[in-house]
Amino acid sequence: MDFSWLTHFDSFVQQMINGISIGSIYALAALGYTMVYGIIKLINFAHGDILMVGAYVGYFCVAVFKMPLILAMVVAVAACGVLGVLIEKVAYRPLRRAPRITVLITAIGVSFLLEYVMVALVGAESKAYPAGSFGGGNLMLGNIAVDIQRLYVVGITIVMMIVLQFIVKRTKIGKAMRAVSSDADAAQLMGISVDRTISFTFLLGSGLAAVAGVMMGAMFTINPLMGMQPGLKAFIAAVFGGIGSIPGAMIGGVLLGVIETVVTASGASAYKDLAAFVILILVLLIRPCGILGKNVREKV
Amino acid sequence: MFEISNLNVFYGVIHALKDVSLTVQEGEIVTLIGSNGAGKTTTLRAISGITPAKSGEIRFLGQNIEKVKATKIVKMGISHVPEGRRIFPDMSVLENLQMGAYLRRDREGIREDMEKIYARFPILKDRQKQMAGTLSGGEQQMLAIGRALMARPKLLLLDEPSMGLSPIFVQEIFKIIKDINETGTTVMLVEQNARMALSIAHRAYILENGAITMEGDADQLANSDEVRRAYLGG
Repeated sequence: MDFSWLTHFDSFVQQMINGISIGSIYALAALGYTMVYGIIKLINFAHGDILMVGAYVGYFCVAVFKMPLILAMVVAVAACGVLGVLIEKVAYRPLRRAPRITVLITAIGVSFLLEYVMVALVGAESKAYPAGSFGGGNLMLGNIAVDIQRLYVVGITIVMMIVLQFIVKRTKIGKAMRAVSSDADAAQLMGISVDRTISFTFLLGSGLAAVAGVMMGAMFTINPLMGMQPGLKAFIAAVFGGIGSIPGAMIGGVLLGVIETVVTASGASAYKDLAAFVILILVLLIRPCGILGKNVREKV
Repeated sequence: MFEISNLNVFYGVIHALKDVSLTVQEGEIVTLIGSNGAGKTTTLRAISGITPAKSGEIRFLGQNIEKVKATKIVKMGISHVPEGRRIFPDMSVLENLQMGAYLRRDREGIREDMEKIYARFPILKDRQKQMAGTLSGGEQQMLAIGRALMARPKLLLLDEPSMGLSPIFVQEIFKIIKDINETGTTVMLVEQNARMALSIAHRAYILENGAITMEGDADQLANSDEVRRAYLGG
């Protein structure tokens, strides 16, 4: 292990920005897991693959239709939003009253379906966004060089989170989401349509995954199985933060990214997943419901 | 204004409601009394469209509603205060009340109704920013009733509003129900506290094992030997 990066202020700042930017992507994806879990108690294993579809939609928008990345992102959000709503309607809604394990297995099935339909459609080989589509180069903060893409990722994530907070806290449909996830029967008695609220939750979660997917795709490369790794990490982040909790998913995601980066920067990159899981296990031993998760809801 | 005829509800193989028939006239308080598991809550859930009926009819203002979706029933003017209050604990008092008005679009009317509810329950106004889960049981019951009133119902269904409350609050809640009724809302009240329910109701039905066994004016039932023995403790 090599901790010298800690003693150099510039490399410390660079590593933290790296960690936060990776963590931002985990956090965006974790939000979808946590919101869907909050509302229908389902771990949507297809969520990482929605991120992958988002990355491909973004890729085609940029590479084929020559759109600027930000516009490609909007298209990807719309496409994945629709895809998420469709998946819920076709695959999960008919199982609303089925045992939870049935729906979970269906979600795994949907995950494979998305992956291999994409393999069939676009091929299994990796593709890269055209060079420079996500900006590039370094920004000098004093004498510290910071990768501009990383800053974009953090900035876009912050904007998305503010938008999400606004929707969930202030808008009528956001309040309905909270009401349904707290007590679906009682929400129905208010005249809230549970099905429509669930659809909206999938729309929102899938849209956020698309943003994460486009950013990942633009920074690295894309392939039809690229959603598995971040999907799993985002799931961990959601559990870490307390599944069902929106701020929990944000914190969990960023923390996970930072932990991985710290381990990688210390020269133990082969062990970064190990470190992430060990910390997850420790957190869950001390707080089984995650950092911001709640214990069993009070029933008076 | 409201009528149930020959309603049957099943939970799997359990026959929870057996040919239940009852009527509620406009302006009345009608109470449905029975012991635990008699089917009182099931009756209300069937009315609200949460638990589907197997057969029978439910009519409200001349329309059949037994197949109508829960959200539509709220829109038609039936609000339901569920058993155990079921407020949204992680939402503020104000947000809970807003949820009650979920289907309404008339901002002005919503504001007026909110003021009325705050006038009726001043404690809710004092706590409007507080999370509803932090309220006491009695306050939560007030919130649950206030939330249901925010839909401006013509018929208010109340499921065990006195459950788990201190005796003083029980008195208070029944006074409030009477008052809500006197200001123009028809009430259907499900209660285990038969004494209190009969004291404010106009008419009553007794439900046993999913079937109606007695019905009549509340005073008359309160004085019948059978009811006294079974529900009023001698």
